[in-house]
Amino acid sequence: MTTPHRVARPGRLVADDIRVVFRPPSRGASPTVALDGLTLDVAGGEIVALIGPNGCGKSTLLRVAAGLLVPERGTIALDGRPIREPDDRIGFVFQEPRLLPWRTVAGNISYPLELAGWPAARRAERLGELLHIVGLEAAAGLRPVQMSGGMRQRAAIARSLALSPAVLLLDEPFSSLDALTRERFNLELLRLQQRTGTTVVIVTHSIPEAILVADRVIVLTPRPGRVAAEVRIDAPRPRSVELLDEAMVSRAAADIRSHLETGEQVA
Amino acid sequence: MTGDVARPADPAVAPVRPLHPLPAPVDPGPSLSRSALDLWPVAVAFVVFVAVWKVAAVVAGLGFILPAPEVVGARFVGAWADGTLEPHAWTTLVEVVLGFVAGATAGLVVGYVIARSRIVERLVSPYLVAAQAVPILALAPLLALWFGPGLLAKVVICGLIVFFPVAIATMVGIRSVDRGLLELAASLRATRRQIATTIEIPAALPSIMGGLRVGATLAVVGAIVGEWAGADKGLGVLVNLARGSLFDYPLLFATLITIALLGIACYVLVVLAERRLVGLR
Repeated sequence: MTTPHRVARPGRLVADDIRVVFRPPSRGASPTVALDGLTLDVAGGEIVALIGPNGCGKSTLLRVAAGLLVPERGTIALDGRPIREPDDRIGFVFQEPRLLPWRTVAGNISYPLELAGWPAARRAERLGELLHIVGLEAAAGLRPVQMSGGMRQRAAIARSLALSPAVLLLDEPFSSLDALTRERFNLELLRLQQRTGTTVVIVTHSIPEAILVADRVIVLTPRPGRVAAEVRIDAPRPRSVELLDEAMVSRAAADIRSHLETGEQVA
Repeated sequence: MTGDVARPADPAVAPVRPLHPLPAPVDPGPSLSRSALDLWPVAVAFVVFVAVWKVAAVVAGLGFILPAPEVVGARFVGAWADGTLEPHAWTTLVEVVLGFVAGATAGLVVGYVIARSRIVERLVSPYLVAAQAVPILALAPLLALWFGPGLLAKVVICGLIVFFPVAIATMVGIRSVDRGLLELAASLRATRRQIATTIEIPAALPSIMGGLRVGATLAVVGAIVGEWAGADKGLGVLVNLARGSLFDYPLLFATLITIALLGIACYVLVVLAERRLVGLR
């Protein structure tokens, strides 16, 4: 029996009381508390932007969510199951494209499929879809050195989508792109999200980027990182730069900025 | 990123999913006429080398034993034609190939393990360095005593001398693998083995190939040293024979040239393999 109205969408990410401490290997150096008591609930299919001062643990939080880092305390659970190691249901886009320079675009995009042991025929089929999604069909045979920074990041996004993850984690993915390209990539990300319905958590330094893409902007405190505030962005989807109501944008931006500032005072 | 600067006109008013214009296809490599052009300086250099040799032989020939190039050339051809050089060259070639394969394989494995484990590095590297610091010439007689006068001793000596540069190059290569790529592989749940085959080894390949280049020329040195420590066949033996018992100096030089050619051939083979493996990057 199905209940069409109240089915929770998959991809719900719940972080509960996360504490992460980095202990340097040498004895004299003091440990760094990156995150402490961080609690966050991201609904399935929601787009959340994490914003905060440098070194507040945004990237650390993503790494915990990706299973790359085990917190000292607390858990992050995906659809109720705690994440303790990397998971196929989670896709990760790093700040740099991190493509394997000795592989072509096609080889890079199908790399996760290879690692997961997909047979060649299925891999080829999925590769075709992925190349289409990011518009790199004509570049399939190129190597990373032959491409622009934007194309490389497209390839990295396609790679992160290879195993159809329920959650996509992006760590300042567009920070090395110029402003116009960046805006276009943000809109493409939204289109892509609409199509796949994945949960998206994006770390950013840019308030306009956060407002353009997110349903909710989470402001973190300086180290140790905690949630300082959350700002809802009530704008209809699909979004476009022109359709965003200017008053709403400036209100949200002011709101986010004020929380960023008070956060600094608290520290 | 510099890549963005190089990108052709990027329309600001974008269509729904803009396709970037693709860069021009890569140069497929030097054409025939170009490689012919590249060859003539090599030929000129060779002619100059022979001319200097000839002059030196005429001028210094009184005090030194230096046969003229045409004499050595004739002896080289003659010794190959009458079967004087061939059996010795074959023996040495087999030693070089087996020694290189053994030494390089051991170097790859040990280099990888050292790169991956600090403890193993601490335990093993002092012995590695010590073994390398003792000249192979001093070790060769002992190894000949242990492993007998046959092929085995030469392969061991040759393998030892190849081992070190390959091990070090592998270690350096594996250690310098981009940590970001390792994190990527971890996020994709790659196994230890998948990480080695898809990330570490391809990333370390340029460094490893550098070690193999050095190893390839040293393999020839190892084989000759091994033969000097006791053998009845091989180019090293022939050098001693030509000098000490036959007093055939043109043959001595012809043998040296054969050894040099063998070294060059090994080196070129590794370089060709490197081009194939490392290729476009």
